[in-house]
Amino acid sequence: MTDTAPDQTDIDPGDITGDEPEVETLPLDAWHRRMGGRMVSFAGYDMPIQYSGEAVGHGGGIVAEHEWTRNSASLFDVSHMGQLGLVGPDGDVAAAAVALEALVPGNVTALKPGRMRYSLLLNEDGGILDDLIITNTGKSIGIVVNGAVKWDDIAHLREHLPDEITLTHYAENALIALQGPKAGEALATLVPDAAELTFMTAGQFEWAGIPLWISRAGYTGEDGFEIAIPGEHTEKLADALVADERVEPAGLGARDSLRLEAGLPLYGHDLTTEIDPVSADLTFALTKSRRESGGWMGHAPNASRLADGTPTRRVGLVLEGRMSAREGAEVFADINGTDTQVGEVTSGGFSPTLGHPIAMAYVAADHAELGTELQIAVRNKRLPARIAPMPFVAHRYYRGKDAK
Amino acid sequence: MSRYFTEEHEWIDVEGDSATVGITDYAQEQLGDIVFVEVPDSGTMLDKGGDAAVVESVKAASDVYSPVSGEVTEGNDALEEDPALVNTSPEEEGWFFKLTLSDKDELQGLMNGKAYAAYVDGLD
Repeated sequence: MTDTAPDQTDIDPGDITGDEPEVETLPLDAWHRRMGGRMVSFAGYDMPIQYSGEAVGHGGGIVAEHEWTRNSASLFDVSHMGQLGLVGPDGDVAAAAVALEALVPGNVTALKPGRMRYSLLLNEDGGILDDLIITNTGKSIGIVVNGAVKWDDIAHLREHLPDEITLTHYAENALIALQGPKAGEALATLVPDAAELTFMTAGQFEWAGIPLWISRAGYTGEDGFEIAIPGEHTEKLADALVADERVEPAGLGARDSLRLEAGLPLYGHDLTTEIDPVSADLTFALTKSRRESGGWMGHAPNASRLADGTPTRRVGLVLEGRMSAREGAEVFADINGTDTQVGEVTSGGFSPTLGHPIAMAYVAADHAELGTELQIAVRNKRLPARIAPMPFVAHRYYRGKDAK
Repeated sequence: MSRYFTEEHEWIDVEGDSATVGITDYAQEQLGDIVFVEVPDSGTMLDKGGDAAVVESVKAASDVYSPVSGEVTEGNDALEEDPALVNTSPEEEGWFFKLTLSDKDELQGLMNGKAYAAYVDGLD
């Protein structure tokens, strides 16, 4: 995604073998361990799920990290995600945008340099291969994809993009996310100009002679940044960030509970190839003009779904008490006196901010109205649940000084 | 009073025919922040190794097994109000339930403190 990475791999059309590399260590691996990170295997990497010990000022743990993110700023390592870049012949960015539009439903050609957009990689049936962020970096079309499916994404892109489009995987770059209401002021002490970015804009910056590609984005619902940096410099930046008393490290556990509260779907759980954007309530990612014009993979089946609706829909559920409904739990309704399964939970857990459990589920469209009372089967119990608006916790993105 | 441990990270304090059961400090550390605990009602008959309680962290739910067979005499109601007691005081105030042993011989397969410490060392 940055145009400055020292080590990068251009993926030629003939390179794709489908083989995944061995389990790898991230650039911040030693740093996580030094900070008391408890490492777990995730998406082919050892990743911190949470931190503990003296290195973390708030005492550590998922709840502390979650609350710190909502109130101050947390540093997440998201280097497992794939950073890709596309250019056409002679560095032609417009040609890359046109080519990518054949594979995604979003308007890529309209993106001005420094602008970003959430989009989806779809298969022929309109099922979701991945959700991703597309950026016009000015020099390329940058894409950030999910770690667990990045090799599949690369293979899919390389298979379907014209040969003259160069696909580069910035495999040696790290990606760190600084998230929370104090992220802006904390980052400004190191990179003053970056604080002027607004939500879903990005640019090239420099810190201590190190090139940084910084975007004002994230997946916690809070204001914040994602910073792409050459791997070998990442520890130095991470140290400088957590030296700020406003910043503490946070792991995958808090990232998951934050994104759930923010109503953001997680690929592999709330989104899969069996799920389409209309069922997933992601129609905002189907750019209006392109719904009619078509010209993207999966258009026809999704145009039908837009017109006719889908049998199921992704909804938010709030539960009483403290017992959580987790992925796979069955959702029931009373239909004419008969206890009937109408859906399934795709992710759920306890909301530290709200103090009660929340969940995302796919439920039958005629039971998807806000306020609908349902039941979720958990072990031998039925937990009352009600369909609630998402996000469960309001987003607090920074849209500029004058914007609300 | 004697304290025994299981490979599933439960502890059991035994005094005569009565016992108190909880999860170990190691277990709560692995689970992380505990947000919900379900303990058995008085009168519940438990089998050795059978489901006895449920403990949930932010991330996951885990079953707690009974180290021995017996009849529950009391569940720890304090955990309903304050599940985090399991994190702050796992081997004292954060106990899960008390029971009357139906077969004291079942204690023989359990570990003592020293054996459990060695067992946990071998897990990391």
